[in-house]
Amino acid sequence: MPIVVNADTRLVVQGITGREGSFHTLRNREYGTNVVAGVTPGKGGRDVEGIPVYDTVHEAVRREGANTAMVFVPPRFAGDAILEAADAGIGTIVCITEGIPAHDMLRIYTHVRPRGITLLGPNCPGALSPGLANVGIIPAQVFARGRIGLVSRSGTLTYQIGKELADLGLGNSTIVGIGGDPVVGLSFVDVLDLFEADPATDLVVMVGEIGGDEEEKAAAFIGERMRTPVVAYIAGFQAPPGRTMGHAGAIISGSAGTAQAKKVALEAQGVRVGASPTEAARLAAEAFAAPG
Amino acid sequence: MDLYEYQGKQLFARYGIPVSEGSIAATPAEAREAAERIAAPVVIKAQVLVGGRGKAGGVKLAADPDEAEQHAEAILGMDIRGHTVHRVWVERSSDIAREYYFSITFDRGAKRPLLMLTTAGGVEIEEVAEKTPDRLARLHVDPLVGFEPFHARRLCFDAGLPAEEMRQAADIMAAAYRAFVETDAMLVEINPLIVTPEGKLHALDSKYTVDDNALFRHPDIAEMRDLEALPPEERMARERGVTYVKLDGYVGIIGNGAGLVMSTLDVVAGAGGRPANFLDVGGGAQADEIVTAMEVLLSDPDVRAVLFNVFGGITRCDEVARGILTALERLDVKVPMVVRLDGTNDVEGRQLLADAAPPNVHVEETMLGAAERVVELAGSGA
Repeated sequence: MPIVVNADTRLVVQGITGREGSFHTLRNREYGTNVVAGVTPGKGGRDVEGIPVYDTVHEAVRREGANTAMVFVPPRFAGDAILEAADAGIGTIVCITEGIPAHDMLRIYTHVRPRGITLLGPNCPGALSPGLANVGIIPAQVFARGRIGLVSRSGTLTYQIGKELADLGLGNSTIVGIGGDPVVGLSFVDVLDLFEADPATDLVVMVGEIGGDEEEKAAAFIGERMRTPVVAYIAGFQAPPGRTMGHAGAIISGSAGTAQAKKVALEAQGVRVGASPTEAARLAAEAFAAPG
Repeated sequence: MDLYEYQGKQLFARYGIPVSEGSIAATPAEAREAAERIAAPVVIKAQVLVGGRGKAGGVKLAADPDEAEQHAEAILGMDIRGHTVHRVWVERSSDIAREYYFSITFDRGAKRPLLMLTTAGGVEIEEVAEKTPDRLARLHVDPLVGFEPFHARRLCFDAGLPAEEMRQAADIMAAAYRAFVETDAMLVEINPLIVTPEGKLHALDSKYTVDDNALFRHPDIAEMRDLEALPPEERMARERGVTYVKLDGYVGIIGNGAGLVMSTLDVVAGAGGRPANFLDVGGGAQADEIVTAMEVLLSDPDVRAVLFNVFGGITRCDEVARGILTALERLDVKVPMVVRLDGTNDVEGRQLLADAAPPNVHVEETMLGAAERVVELAGSGA
């Protein structure tokens, strides 16, 4: 069973009546995702193209059995929305919102982590299990169904690599965008762990970028624990230190968080790192064809 | 957002961390007035958002107002590692018995605030961590619990602080933690944290970084941003809400999504070119935003050719193509452009460009092909 989102997903969308929220909710439903409810405080009792809207997540859980939440709430309210979903017993929370203060995420992360809640994001494109469910803003038409797990800190770069894989006749079990903020829920290690245990995944492509040390931690995890082969791509070799490159988390601090350090850490564990998205896809195709 | 020393010290003072009496001066005359007001020897300190100002001659002791004016004259306008000095901070000179170091950083790896204290202050902390790690006391604080007195005791005892200084140090650390949380800081650093011959602790310098994403709840700090410190292209980008970073090359780059743009810089460098900038138009960009982005990018005189690399997800390629055509109409574009469109409505987008067939615009199918083409065009335009 593919990871994070799949045929068991019963989705409630927080912020469903907003412009972005309604647009992507309907796209997700059109794809086949089981969207059971939406939440906008004060708009309970309405519906969005037949999807019932409630005032609270608790009500959506009680009445519709929602087990997954997608957060499309503006940044100053998004932290509260995540905590509400967690309090309502939602097991998987996907937060698309960009721009949540890092200190808010620190408290939220510390709160939800020991409760075993799967938090994806924030500032992420969501997760797509081709043919089963799409929760978020990933353009599903780019990706084919297949047996390669794809995990990334970036949105459009993931689409680029998905397309390069599709051009080589390869598809994906699940595409997971973990997000570009300094503090995110699921890390590379968490997602690699899920892929390792997933019988639908035979190979993982990991797409990292400058900032933090999650790629280095992932390298150590791959070396110690993974039997599923991993191919990687890292963006940001040309990034100067001390400058935020678009994503709040994409910053080289002093000498920490460089693309080169991440590449070296991964290669030390036998992970092949492509010099371009195209080469990463080619390496994936080679690894996929090689007898495992 | 990085704050200047004097801005960080304003926040220190607000939270009750002792700092020296001082004021900011933009001219030598203002520096003289400040020194007259303080009526004691002063230190003239260049305000720049870069380290190493002491070595560059940006910090000078002045015995009297005359000397303060002279030093300010010399320091104002000085270039310190690419940063021009527009202001100096004039503060009462301190007698120093000892120098310590204290900082709170947002440790994203541990997902907790990290507190560090050492009595080996006044130097680069990385050096202390490397050469004498046992002299560096460090601990993480659970963000849901906050800073408690035991944290202060542990840091003081581990760092080997003299007993008579512990109460003052604990107060400073508690105040700094409160400032860190309440101002959404990513870094609060006091280096050096000095001890005077009378045994008083106080902050002689500040390094302070605030989370850009939290500025909406700190309008007073948001106003501290000094747009003059930015290169003109970056100032324009900020005023127009474009995510732009100036680099030192000559290939202009525009794309959608931070990861894809970073990757585009790398691929252009791999093809032998040097990127002039990072520019992300973001998700769902409309034609007007494309025009604005082009305007920012082309304001950089070093740009010899432009690469447009878009992978449409929420962004529609036909909308991007319309934006490019509008930009070509409205702006005087003299440099060649390479456009690569993929994803949502890419066929329509490419068709729009093919129908309009603007001169000097080259459409490429792949990212690698586009990178090679733009490097070639930039080279021939040199």
